[in-house]
Amino acid sequence: MKIAVSSKGRDLDAPVDPRFGRAAYLVVVDTENLEFEVIDNSKNINAFKGAGINAAASISEREAKVLLTGFCGPNAFKTLEAAGIKVANDATGTVREAVQAFKDGAFSYADGANVDGHW
Amino acid sequence: MIISVASGKGGTGKTTVATNLAFSLGKNVQIMDCDVEEPNAHLFLDPAVTETLPVVAPVPEVDPGKCTFCKKCMEICRYGAIAVVAKKVLTFEELCHSCGGCLAVCPEDAVSEKRRELGIIEKGTIREMSFIHGRLNIGQVMVPPIIKKIRTFTNHWSVNIIDAPPGTSCPVIAAMHGADFVLLVTEPTPFGLHDLTLAVEAVKLLGIPHGIVINRAGMGNDEVKRYAQNEGIDILMEIPFSKEIARVYSRGEMIVEKMPEYKQKFLDLFDRIQTLAGPVKGVVGQ
Ligand code: SF4
Ligand code: SF4
Repeated sequence: MKIAVSSKGRDLDAPVDPRFGRAAYLVVVDTENLEFEVIDNSKNINAFKGAGINAAASISEREAKVLLTGFCGPNAFKTLEAAGIKVANDATGTVREAVQAFKDGAFSYADGANVDGHW
Repeated sequence: MIISVASGKGGTGKTTVATNLAFSLGKNVQIMDCDVEEPNAHLFLDPAVTETLPVVAPVPEVDPGKCTFCKKCMEICRYGAIAVVAKKVLTFEELCHSCGGCLAVCPEDAVSEKRRELGIIEKGTIREMSFIHGRLNIGQVMVPPIIKKIRTFTNHWSVNIIDAPPGTSCPVIAAMHGADFVLLVTEPTPFGLHDLTLAVEAVKLLGIPHGIVINRAGMGNDEVKRYAQNEGIDILMEIPFSKEIARVYSRGEMIVEKMPEYKQKFLDLFDRIQTLAGPVKGVVGQ
């Protein structure tokens, strides 16, 4: 299964970026073999509005089924929900650690946005 | 003539100055409250509302039967207001700027226009004065279209006094653009000065004649005056920090009515504005 993690860097040892829409990178990891693809989210960081919506659309394109992040705003959440992507909001540590924690079943899924817009 | 009363931040007495200036003139004047996120002039003025108009904007509606999920609409939208995910098209109306891009670009003719109400405008009268204000609907964030709509009701044969929203972003520009004069209301405090400098930059960029009113003069320090002198901006009036004024204000009353000596001060202010503004330009937006 593919899961997306918002990240400050381009590899599995980079720290998780708690922001979703304005994270520097989005790393889409295959939980089977830890192969990953990096989405450069920099054009979204400075987006005036709708950063979370665009970020959600780009991980949906990579067929991620779960997102591990820190904060997720209402518009991003709505987009992720429509795309059938589940959201876990309390990811910390490195991308690798977050993925491992996910595999260990440490996350529960959010049923709504946990922050107002502008993230 | 159009006079826009602005201040870098809220709570400086902008509405007090705008409404008292209008009351000192008494007739041939229209008060236009453009602080559509928090209109408050009507609380002081208690206008008799004679007309209510909705402000609407077109937003896209997608026909899922025609859509092939090509994502062209999403790619063209600069505001992230339309998204295509997992064979669904989502629209975020509150982000939509009604540019029509998605409608124009859709190859399948799947996008049509529907109307969304952004807010309302109310027109009315207070004695011999005209009054107009707008109010953003709950959950809506698109302020400039409402201000622009209010401004279409400019009376070119009378004095229009705009109570501009606080801040220095798009809504304020919409409330100052095309004015003959911008009256900047500030307080003699470090915060007041900081916000004033931002407001002055915006006004200079727009190239509109301007002057300063210091409210609650006597508190704080002389920094504002020094700044004004350096920038060559006239201080047109000072309203002292007094208990009596505070009391009148807190009862929602007009200073020019309860303290008649102020009527002349506001009329003098108006004279100076007229002199500084020079010949009026006329129609908004030209
Ligand atoms: S451009 Fe038209 S056809 Fe393409 S995804 Fe958007 S609505 Fe659907
Ligand atoms: S009208 Fe413009 S802003 Fe609104 S959704 Fe379409 S492209 Fe985006």
